[in-house]
Amino acid sequence: MSTPQPAPQQTPPIPQDVSQQARDAWATAIASPAAPKATLDHLPGTSTPRLRCIALEKSYRKGELIIPVLRGVDLELAQGEFLSVVGQSGSGKSTLLHVLGLLDAPSVGEVHCDGRRIDNLKERQRDTLRNRNFGFIFQSYHLLPEFTLLENVVSPLAIRYSTLTWWRHRKAIREQALEIIDKVGLGHRVKHRPSELSGGEMQRAAIARALIGQPRVLLADEPTGNLDSSTGQEIMSLLASLNELQQLTIIMVTHDERIACRAHRIVRLDEGRVETVSQAA
Amino acid sequence: MYKLQLCLRYLRTRWIAMASIISVMLGVATMIVVNSVMAGFATEMRERIHGILADIVVETHTLDGDPDAARRMQEIMEVAGDYVEAMTATVEVYGMISFKYRGQVITRPVTLIGIDPKTKGEVSPLVTNLASFTSGRRMGLALADDAVAGCLVAGVLPGSSAHTAGIHAGDRITLCNGSPVEDTKELASRLKNSIDRKTIELAIVRDQTTLALNLPVPSPSWTLTTEARGHRRILVELERRRLEWNQPQQVVPAGGSQPLPPTPEQTPPNLDVPPGFPPGNLVPPPEIGPSPAVPPSTRSLDSLLAPYAEPAGPIELADPADPLPARIFIGAGLIEFPIEDKETGEIRIERMVLAGEDVRITTVSAGRPPEPRHFTATVVDVFKSGMSEYDSNLVFCNIEQLQQTRGMIDPSTGDRAVTSIQVKLKNFEDADVVVKRLRAAFPAHIYSVRTWQQKQGPLLAAVELETGILNILLFLIIAVAGFGILAIFYMIVVEKTRDIGILKALGASRQGIMSIFLGYGLALGVVGSGVGVLLGLTFVYYINEIEKGITWLLGRKVFDETIYYFPEIPTAVSPLTVGCVALGAVGIAVLASILPARRAATLRPVQALRYE
Repeated sequence: MSTPQPAPQQTPPIPQDVSQQARDAWATAIASPAAPKATLDHLPGTSTPRLRCIALEKSYRKGELIIPVLRGVDLELAQGEFLSVVGQSGSGKSTLLHVLGLLDAPSVGEVHCDGRRIDNLKERQRDTLRNRNFGFIFQSYHLLPEFTLLENVVSPLAIRYSTLTWWRHRKAIREQALEIIDKVGLGHRVKHRPSELSGGEMQRAAIARALIGQPRVLLADEPTGNLDSSTGQEIMSLLASLNELQQLTIIMVTHDERIACRAHRIVRLDEGRVETVSQAA
Repeated sequence: MYKLQLCLRYLRTRWIAMASIISVMLGVATMIVVNSVMAGFATEMRERIHGILADIVVETHTLDGDPDAARRMQEIMEVAGDYVEAMTATVEVYGMISFKYRGQVITRPVTLIGIDPKTKGEVSPLVTNLASFTSGRRMGLALADDAVAGCLVAGVLPGSSAHTAGIHAGDRITLCNGSPVEDTKELASRLKNSIDRKTIELAIVRDQTTLALNLPVPSPSWTLTTEARGHRRILVELERRRLEWNQPQQVVPAGGSQPLPPTPEQTPPNLDVPPGFPPGNLVPPPEIGPSPAVPPSTRSLDSLLAPYAEPAGPIELADPADPLPARIFIGAGLIEFPIEDKETGEIRIERMVLAGEDVRITTVSAGRPPEPRHFTATVVDVFKSGMSEYDSNLVFCNIEQLQQTRGMIDPSTGDRAVTSIQVKLKNFEDADVVVKRLRAAFPAHIYSVRTWQQKQGPLLAAVELETGILNILLFLIIAVAGFGILAIFYMIVVEKTRDIGILKALGASRQGIMSIFLGYGLALGVVGSGVGVLLGLTFVYYINEIEKGITWLLGRKVFDETIYYFPEIPTAVSPLTVGCVALGAVGIAVLASILPARRAATLRPVQALRYE
């Protein structure tokens, strides 16, 4: 990982090893780009978009057939913004989220994070970036069934740290995890397995897991899709409060208009293109 | 960190993985058991072969032999004297042995080996193979079995080495050479294993106190044991009475150890002509020059053989129990056969000839053309090495007799010819050097110089080949276990596709995912082969108890000691083999998990996440 310029040492939540410091330095370099890009008019005071995609195209090959899913999407996500992406099934909204979250590579186009292009990084760097900068929430929660709630929540940190570092800071990590679990309201279910939790609880656990790595962007894919409307509203309130209180940048994909209107801005996708962009009420 | 956690978690929660652990375990355990037993058999067999042959054998190709043995031995000392510990000259020749058993004449082809027991005993363990030694009779012990553990001393011969050592009748032998003794059979096998010992260490219980005693190991000799002398004396006496009684009528032959009742149609005794067949397994021996007070072995054999060469009339014996000048140790396999008792179903060993009886030996003379030669010899002892190939083929004879009969003594110089010289080395590791030197010194067209291993090459090679093939077949078991792991792992990868996607979304790298499954395979291999090693070693340790259990369950003997001559299943655990088997199993487990691990690592996260 290259370090383009010496950067001031961040104050990490947990002590880290040397290679970790190098990564942090690089991450800081991303955060303070050399030249500011276009400003966003709807959120005064922010300079560089946190996440940005330019002319994004994505197509899948099915034998001889090439199926285009995204046909040139331009999108900017400001720091601290809460953005909804809506559209019908097959409009490419999930694919857009995957490409933005580096789970999938775009066919054409670029993805930038804090002003630095990230879609052309090496696989290893993308893995690291995913671990440190993005938090994912999925429709079907995607918790690891073998792990307890606590273990699920700390798993991003387990992936981030080597066994030795993990062992040295296990108490700090545990405390941090318990704090976040408490915040999402699951303090009483720490030792439970995912199979013993309700849908809403599982989604809260997934949010806790997404938050523990202190990501720059939270990517949510139909977070309320499997929940009843009242539980869905609870989850939405949790996300909205996180956005408000911690200035967490959130991009959420949904097909539910009522859920989507909780965001600052709604982007409507149709046939792989941005149809309309509207401010939420 | 997550890798280790997930590995352990998968190991604990995937019970299907137990199947692969068990298959690895069984494969490893089987290989260890089979290898240990095969190695045990091979070691035992090598020991037995080595016990009869010497370290190095120098043989002439011709049966006429080397006319000057003393000269040859001197040459060997000159060439490789530093390495040589002892040497003995032998005459090896084909022959036939015949004896009477229950009225029928039984003839067997044999290999006659003329030996000098004293020097032969220095070269290879001879006395431990003799029945009179393993039964304790040679030391003057009469042993008996009873219900109590330990071997009961029923009687001690006055003046015998056991008597001198301080063993009393009524004592109980509980330890022999540091190993516990339960009965006479076990004592016999302990005594048989006291190779290269000067003394036998015995622990004896007398009046509830335990005494430690040392009994010297007797050197092999051609003298009869007191028991055999007694047996012979009775036979001679029976024969004499029968002759007296029936004269001038016809005489009944004494049917070896089981004399038959007299029947009218009997041939007249033909006692006076040694070339003729003896009436029983006994002929009154011809005149023996010196007085019977001198032990037979110390007499000049030439003077003994002189009257034997020219048949004379029947002569009164000074002591009727004196053996003939020709004496043999006969292989147990030649004179024994098992008989099943029709009523009890027990198998007992029937001996057709006992020590003290006489047998007839036919061989060929040296020179051209070889001519048949006959002589009658007294069986001094029964020889049982445990190698059936030897026990049913070998007859050891006093070398002087064989040389005399075959005409191998130069009448002008008195030089005695021998066919082979057996050499014992101080250290067998020097064998190759010595063989090389001897081969250089002795012309190859006259002598063959070989170590005992080379002489028994085909047999040892066959055992090695057998072990090799068995190992290959057994390793296939572990390979099958490997394929089981592969299939199970593939299944687990498919089952865990979504979780792999989650891990990737959380930032796990390709190597990380791969190492989860490789580590999983490694853990399965380590656990499987670890338990397998323990299981295998436990099985080997308790193999005789397990054999008894299976025998009891099946009601049939699994390991028949009368066939194999082993009192118990021999095992030899080689740490190297165990290590190789365990490592091999772990290796196969890891190899088998590479393919599924690669598949897991190359899954695209989006695909994996969509997988339901």
